[in-house]
Amino acid sequence: MRETLAERYARRVVLTLLVLFTLTPIYAMVSSAAKPLRDVQNSFTWLPSRPTLQPFVDIWRTVPLGRYLVNSLVVSSLAALVSVAVAIFAAFAVSRYRFRGRTTFSVAVLSTQMFPGILFLLPLFLIYVNIGNATGVQLYASRTGLIITYLTFSLPFSIWMLVGYFDSIPRGLDEAAQMDGAGPMRTLFSVILPTAVPGIVAVAVYAFMTAWGEVLFASVMTDESSRTLAIGLRGYATQYQVYWNQVMAASLVVSVPVVAGFLFLQRYFVAGLTAGAVK
Amino acid sequence: MTSTVSAPGPVALVGSRSDPPGRRSTGTRPARTWLPYALLLPAVILELSVHVVPMVVGVWMSLRGLTQFHIRDWTGAPFVGLDNYRTTLDVDTTTGRELLHSFGVTAAFTVLAVGLSWALGLFAAVLLQRPFRGRGVLRTLFLTPYALPVYAAVITWTFMLQRDTGLVNHVLVDDLGLFEDRPFWLIGSNSFVAVLVVAVWRTWPFAFLCLMAGLQNIPDDLYEAAYLDGAGFWRRLSSVTLPMLSPVNQVLILVLFLWTFNDFNTPYLLFGGSAPSAADLISVHIYQSSFITWDFGAGSAMSVALLLFLLVVTVAYLLVVNRWRRRA
Amino acid sequence: MLKRLLTAVAAVVLLAPLLSACGSDEPAAAPKTLTYWASNQGASLEADKQILQPELDKFERQTGIKVTVEVVPWSDLLNRLLAAATSGTGPDVVNIGNTWSASLQATGAFIQFDDATLATVGGKDRFVPAALASAGAANKPPTAVPLYSLAYALYYNKQMFADAGIASPPTTWEQLVEAGKKLTNGQRWGLAIEGANISENAHHAFHFSQQYGGEWFDAAGKPTFDTPQNVAAVKRYLDLMAVDKIANPSNAEYAQNQSVSDFANGKVGMLLWQAVGSSLKAQNMAADAYGVAPLPFLQSAPAGGKRVNSMVAGINIAVFKHTKNRDAALQFVKFMTSDEEQVALNRTYGSLPSVRTVASNEAFQAPEQKVLAEVLGSTAAPLPQVAQESQFETLVGTAMKELFAQVASGGQVTEDDVRKKLSDAQSQMRG
Repeated sequence: MRETLAERYARRVVLTLLVLFTLTPIYAMVSSAAKPLRDVQNSFTWLPSRPTLQPFVDIWRTVPLGRYLVNSLVVSSLAALVSVAVAIFAAFAVSRYRFRGRTTFSVAVLSTQMFPGILFLLPLFLIYVNIGNATGVQLYASRTGLIITYLTFSLPFSIWMLVGYFDSIPRGLDEAAQMDGAGPMRTLFSVILPTAVPGIVAVAVYAFMTAWGEVLFASVMTDESSRTLAIGLRGYATQYQVYWNQVMAASLVVSVPVVAGFLFLQRYFVAGLTAGAVK
Repeated sequence: MTSTVSAPGPVALVGSRSDPPGRRSTGTRPARTWLPYALLLPAVILELSVHVVPMVVGVWMSLRGLTQFHIRDWTGAPFVGLDNYRTTLDVDTTTGRELLHSFGVTAAFTVLAVGLSWALGLFAAVLLQRPFRGRGVLRTLFLTPYALPVYAAVITWTFMLQRDTGLVNHVLVDDLGLFEDRPFWLIGSNSFVAVLVVAVWRTWPFAFLCLMAGLQNIPDDLYEAAYLDGAGFWRRLSSVTLPMLSPVNQVLILVLFLWTFNDFNTPYLLFGGSAPSAADLISVHIYQSSFITWDFGAGSAMSVALLLFLLVVTVAYLLVVNRWRRRA
Repeated sequence: MLKRLLTAVAAVVLLAPLLSACGSDEPAAAPKTLTYWASNQGASLEADKQILQPELDKFERQTGIKVTVEVVPWSDLLNRLLAAATSGTGPDVVNIGNTWSASLQATGAFIQFDDATLATVGGKDRFVPAALASAGAANKPPTAVPLYSLAYALYYNKQMFADAGIASPPTTWEQLVEAGKKLTNGQRWGLAIEGANISENAHHAFHFSQQYGGEWFDAAGKPTFDTPQNVAAVKRYLDLMAVDKIANPSNAEYAQNQSVSDFANGKVGMLLWQAVGSSLKAQNMAADAYGVAPLPFLQSAPAGGKRVNSMVAGINIAVFKHTKNRDAALQFVKFMTSDEEQVALNRTYGSLPSVRTVASNEAFQAPEQKVLAEVLGSTAAPLPQVAQESQFETLVGTAMKELFAQVASGGQVTEDDVRKKLSDAQSQMRG
């Protein structure tokens, strides 16, 4: 199947425009991260006239960036891991079983997406505090509390997406495994999961990024030792001025592990399914 | 070809009470009826404790006069019935009018942002479907806005949208000469465009991600068949890609709509907590009217109103989608 | 069975808040530690920590009480205070913006400094009266004690003034406009205005309103936003950009202290700001490059106009009622407001001491500090100390932000426009 000349030309143009659109702010970040602050405050120039790497050094001192980075990585990774695991089980149940309450569950899960965060911010905080007082398990101002909160935020969408992916995996595969004597868990792990890897990776990325970027709850529920990047980066906007160049430098630095992760994961989007699974 | 490619998708679950006709129920496993419930249990517990119970408390708060005078002993805040709703939703008052205006702005914003993000995501996913050199790099590049911490991404745009020193005006006015007067982007009526562009910039990679994963499930044979039938790019898109993406799209569009409508981070960080009238998105509006003014009863009331609105929209969406699916 | 389990779980989660609601304030046998939330006063959060830690170590050596400090950025401080007040847990001692005092007082979550309590931290007479008046409603004991005092002043670039032939800093608004016009050419502007900054707008609205004889709240605490005096006051401030054109229209979007950077970088000749000397120093503007003068007055004061050219700005220090170490907390407050600490901290931050006893210390004799002290002592007035003060700042500040946007996009702003916006703001005031 070959594309026409017009198609190829159009593809190049569209992709170039998308690249420009995506890249321009990132370029602004990179070039500003290498300028002294005064240059950044003046009119924008494409190339730094006095390039410097000092911002990349200062960022670690102005704000405890290392600690924030570790907190964010820990919270986001654990939230993603647990969220995906819980979502896989729930999605398997919804996709493969018919049971009473299936519709109710699906509707309820969907409806949580409508909740405005502001509505339950204060109540959730109060509940965590009360659990902390009653049981001694510190949930507010702790990474654990954040992990639980974030994994629940990403759960509904994860479940929905996984149900969709699982549904598009033909029942034929299940039946084949059953005939080989596999129970439901075996079917899940050896048949469904390997086939749904692209979907699972997408959902894991989503769960990670939900935790990575959340601002509202983090601002109320963290203290200095548990603060995440999402709000920690605001520390560069100080009482005196906004250290633009340091914000950009810090953003670049903390995005490196995430982008590296993306680079690594995009392999999994290769069409594994078509390689003979359905024949 | 045996594959049951026309799987109903999760959205159909909501509309249908029984199996859609023609579906062989070979998946039911009669013996262990407790298994599905056990599988669901962790999700249910988490959702109840983190989403549902606080939500209920939030609704309770909306019926109380919870101002700074009462927050210390919040369970004892006076019961005011529907007063909070009356004050905030009465369109004859300024408060009510502002809220309605905010709803309108948010609705327009959401429709445009979701539409554009989805379209861009779709085109990018389709255009990157077939392998070529540099595809991996492009994929990663397109996902980068999503990988950036939201504060960094939005503050970069704030920085770029500054009137005198920002990149955007530097390009539009100095380099390209498109405008006579340097436009404002962070205040005034252009702020709607600004927040829209920032939202699309941040959201379309996510649509791209989901659609990309969804496209993996479409067997190449279908495209081959369509190509051999003489179908061009748009025909292939509409007769193969879109129908096959239908389960993913249904969820994606609904969810993007709900998230964008509720989006707090983007307008809050872009406009520093007080959004100009043209870009007065509802999340920040409620935050301004409640947290800043210490009137949490009113803020909760507005949030509940927002929730009811979204509920209505969602139900309407699901009904429409289900009817469309049954016809198709 | 599963259903019962689910119900039990839900019940526990639901009942937990009720079980431990209205948290008890009984002090347990407390170890000698305190948690202190400091505000961001310096160049960065880390810088603040480095400034405070030695003082806290000193306190520990003197009293054996260990203080753990967390420097909270302004963007988060109010949210966290609110959460702490609501939940009954959190820090023992906190810094608060002094304009929040009345609102926080209304929550009842903080210790009231009645005369007896004030005596434990040095006595009522120790504090600068204007500063203490900005620590709570007028008819109630203060809810905090002042820690750092600040006031607004007019900062002007000496070189630019000399180049433009302006001999001395303006003392009236009319003179300021003239000076501004002389300074404004294609590349530079006369005055910087932080037009999108809600609290700056509200503060200047207050200054002008006082000079025009207006009030934002009447004696009963009801808002009086759209009186003719207030309308004239707000319009006067807007006209600096709209009519006199001494401020760059781009300033209408300034909200992150760009005005200060513009002044430090020589793009603007005058700046109306609170105690900005240390910030200018951090931005490489030497102290002898600028002069400091009190804010101007109107040439001819209208009827009822007051001689006020600054709000009493500052940071207060408060103690949560839920603290388990009340005595230790009060000891810490006493320490922070002691002569030695007041000199050390205010010298570093460039602010003024909130206690009267060290006013003549040589640390506060620099030109900037002398002007600020004079303003604080004679022509400063506290913002309305009512519980709805933060609503006032938000609503009026936002109204002015929108008016500035209108001006900057080329529109004109009439008195009717201003009155309508202020009326709208007033009708949104609740409680």
